[in-house]
Amino acid sequence: MLLIHCPYCEEARPEVEFVYGGEAHIARPLDPSTYSDGEWEEFLYIRSNPRGRHHERWRHTHGCGRFFNAVRDTVTDVFETTYKAGEARK
Amino acid sequence: MSGFRLADGGRIDRRTKRTFSFDGKAQWGYAGDSLASALLAQGQMLFGRSFKYHRPRGILGAGVEEPNALVTVDRGPGRMTPNLRAPSVPVHDGLTATSQNRFPSLKTDLIAVNNVFSAFFPAGFYNKTFMWPRAAWEKVYEPIIRRLAGLGDSPTTRDPDHYDATYAHCETLIVGAGPAGIAAALDAAAGGGRVFLIDEQEEIGGGALSDPAQWAWLAEATAKLAAMDNVTVLSRTTAIGHYHQNFVVAAERLTDHLPVGEAHGPREKLWRIRAGEVVLAMGAIERPLVFEGNDVPGVMLASAARTFALRYGVAVGRKIVVMAVHDSGWRDALALQAAGVPITAIVDLRRDIDPALADAARDARIACYPGYAITSVSGSLAVKGATIALAGVGKGQKLDCDAVLMAGGWTPTVHLWSHAKGSLRWDESWGAFLPDKTHENLRCVGACAGAWDFGSGLSVGLLPAPKPLHESKAFVDFQNDVKARDIGLAVQEGFRSIEHIKRYTTNGMATDQGKTSNLNGLQIASDVLSRPVTEIGLTTFRPPYTPQSFGAMLGHHKEALFQPLRKSGIDDWAQAHGAVYENVAQWRRARFFPQGSEDMDAAVARECRMVRSSVGVFDASTLGKIEVVGPDAAEFLNRMYTNPWKSLEPGRCRYGLLLGEHGFIIDDGVSARLAPDRFHLTTTTGGAARVLGMMEDYLQTEWSDLDVWLTSTTEQWAVIAVQGPRARDVIAPLVEGIDLSPEAFPHMAVREGTICGVETRLFRVSFTGELGFEVNVPAEHGRKVWEAIWAEGEKHGAAAYGTETMHVLRAEKGFIIVGQDTDGTVTPDDAGLGWAVGKKKPDFVGKRSLARPDIVAPGRKQLVGLLTDDAQDVLEEGAQIVADPNQPVPMTMIGHVTSSYYSTTLGRSIAMALVAGGRDRMGETLYIPMPGKTISAKVLAPMFYDAEGSRLNG
Ligand SMILES: [Zn+2]
Repeated sequence: MLLIHCPYCEEARPEVEFVYGGEAHIARPLDPSTYSDGEWEEFLYIRSNPRGRHHERWRHTHGCGRFFNAVRDTVTDVFETTYKAGEARK
Repeated sequence: MSGFRLADGGRIDRRTKRTFSFDGKAQWGYAGDSLASALLAQGQMLFGRSFKYHRPRGILGAGVEEPNALVTVDRGPGRMTPNLRAPSVPVHDGLTATSQNRFPSLKTDLIAVNNVFSAFFPAGFYNKTFMWPRAAWEKVYEPIIRRLAGLGDSPTTRDPDHYDATYAHCETLIVGAGPAGIAAALDAAAGGGRVFLIDEQEEIGGGALSDPAQWAWLAEATAKLAAMDNVTVLSRTTAIGHYHQNFVVAAERLTDHLPVGEAHGPREKLWRIRAGEVVLAMGAIERPLVFEGNDVPGVMLASAARTFALRYGVAVGRKIVVMAVHDSGWRDALALQAAGVPITAIVDLRRDIDPALADAARDARIACYPGYAITSVSGSLAVKGATIALAGVGKGQKLDCDAVLMAGGWTPTVHLWSHAKGSLRWDESWGAFLPDKTHENLRCVGACAGAWDFGSGLSVGLLPAPKPLHESKAFVDFQNDVKARDIGLAVQEGFRSIEHIKRYTTNGMATDQGKTSNLNGLQIASDVLSRPVTEIGLTTFRPPYTPQSFGAMLGHHKEALFQPLRKSGIDDWAQAHGAVYENVAQWRRARFFPQGSEDMDAAVARECRMVRSSVGVFDASTLGKIEVVGPDAAEFLNRMYTNPWKSLEPGRCRYGLLLGEHGFIIDDGVSARLAPDRFHLTTTTGGAARVLGMMEDYLQTEWSDLDVWLTSTTEQWAVIAVQGPRARDVIAPLVEGIDLSPEAFPHMAVREGTICGVETRLFRVSFTGELGFEVNVPAEHGRKVWEAIWAEGEKHGAAAYGTETMHVLRAEKGFIIVGQDTDGTVTPDDAGLGWAVGKKKPDFVGKRSLARPDIVAPGRKQLVGLLTDDAQDVLEEGAQIVADPNQPVPMTMIGHVTSSYYSTTLGRSIAMALVAGGRDRMGETLYIPMPGKTISAKVLAPMFYDAEGSRLNG
């Protein structure tokens, strides 16, 4: 079971308190109607799926309830860092 | 009858006898014996029959690696455990063990005839038979295989035991309490941190238990550890897996070693241990050698014979031949001879033997055959002799013996290291993989790190033999009955990767996970392919390290504690009134309220009649509820839902439709605006948490500028639906402060006031098509208000109704249930809910997707109504629909039935369905092929009752 550091609670807590939220830094366009079908498809479905450093969202559902971002190595599952939503990509 | 108890020696307590039974026969041993050692001491060499060929098998190892001697231990009803390894079962008074996979008895197994036809089970047998005609597989082969092949029987009755579970944290966790593990524990404990030392055996000591020279040290170290407050020593505890960030799961066996009458409390305890550092001291397992006859009972690992002699005081034979390719075989032979176990010869494939070992063997009067290999073993139920030949191909020479010991080198136990994704490197001198790198705070010590002196040797796997490989009956995987020639066949048929060879031959796939077979299989594949071992790879080890009871994994999470059961405040009343329940998303909901001898159909028919003719009362408390508050609440809902919300007046309700960004319906519900900055949202019962999570996501990460607060209020409000032409009459005497007249309180309105003196949010809404109210009161007052409403209702002949009637009534009106009439691929237009989409809204979640080419393309599945031509035919939900019933199979399926009921109101069946191009098929006849008959039905709009909605006004 992973230990995940919540940047809001400032504590490492067991994985069962969290819910995974998919790849991070995929902002919803301010006006989706300006997106072409291709761009919208990209936004909806296309993800980077890297081997290695992955920016991803987690929510501390059974804790503070906040969404935050993390950098996790998809090979080792080691968390490099976690940071608050809205902060720049690390 | 070749094994016997030595006159002295061992750690057993010779003053304390234990009596037990094996295959129904009374046996005895000493306290401290394992089932294997006690039976070997009685001369028993035959312990089981093999998985596929029913070949007679004896003991191979002295520990958890044992692949052959699997037994079933019976501790009474529901307490029958199959596939226990005899060397790991401690004897106690009353132990009842039986051998497995034999019929009718171990000695005369009728199915062993199968041995003669062993060509019946070549490599890839399973893969090949799956290619045979299905009928032949189901009727002929599978039943035969089931009878022939297999391990023990699964228990058939409920496990009456309970299992404990706990969490622990420590600075250092050491897995394996042999000399290296104990040294590591003493070292770590001196630092003052919390230390856990766990070991799978009955007592700690590991390899030292089989080395009397270390016993004094072991006793001293054990006492020292026991005296330290910061050290926890757990024996009988198997670390079954290493998971992320040094999270180790271990199962402690608490009572299985005790007589049944003395076993109190939980049977096992599952430890979840988070450690700062994990030290693996799991030792190494000796490898068998692969030669003709290596599975005859009495052929075993040299290290096992040493353990039986020095730890248990048991000799495994009276004339023993050692087949070695490794110095450790010589060392064990010498130790055995010194302990009084008669070793007559050492055969070693190597011509050059360490002179010190060769001299010591000669001094011990052991005949030595350097450069020789065993080419066959005679005997069926026990070893009768062995044939050896120079380099395995010279002229055969017979050796008289009753046991053969194999010393094929050592395989470090890297299972948990691999669980932790630690990398491995091939070590030529060990002929095995050793731990290399890890990202965890994890290290190996002792033999599993390759840091142990077993001497040196060859790694050969298959011994040279006069017979060609394809005629060989040399076994690699004893538990799965895989022969060297099966691996040869797999390679010949084109398999190259060990992962493929493993699956094709099943080598290493038995319950022992190839503890004694993986490396030999790899070595043989390497030889046949003439490619280095490192290019063929090693299969991945996965938890559990040894087979683990489901009970311990389940722990307390069973029966009432399996998952939470949510009950509304009115649930007790329903129970007292005979409700039959169904579970909906962890909620226990009343499904119907049978009276007298009514079955469900009769009860539902009566409940429906009462709602349509007078009034019904329904507990809707499980509806998800979210309080949305803040200056931007309307703006927020406007962006979330398809409908317009800003224009909604306070005091009014609206049906809300929620999409994902993909444009598909994911939830719906009626919501009310209580004030300009306050909404009372409802969601589906199952969708409440999901919807709140989704809304929080948008609020926190996309629209953090909006000033809105979301609060789950699902469990704060009890909701009582009062539905039917008499609904107003029922609540009128109880309500204060709200004008209930149709003019003052129209359909889809909300009012705040009191009912029975309790504050209420009273909704005028209807999921039945009748005049209806939903009375929201604080949950703690739900039961009281329900009873007051019920008392009023009874004056009008009210029925309490459940979810089944609710479903029928809403289907008569064509109202959808999200998740039943939709499946995550249904858009608002597909569901006929295009009217709920705010056309003028610039944006909402999912709007852009509604313009995607696939979403606007013709021919999408659309929700329609179906009326069967035979009004009494009730379609099956999920049944597939075709346009032409006469087309050949496989037919083109154009949709499926989503909802189907018998409607008492209409005196006939009704159904809803998702059908391709459904709205263009109005009036068409479609067909639903069912077993035995094909049902025809006409397509119509999904609205079966009161299409004009006149009944909403009572
Ligand atoms: Zn938190």
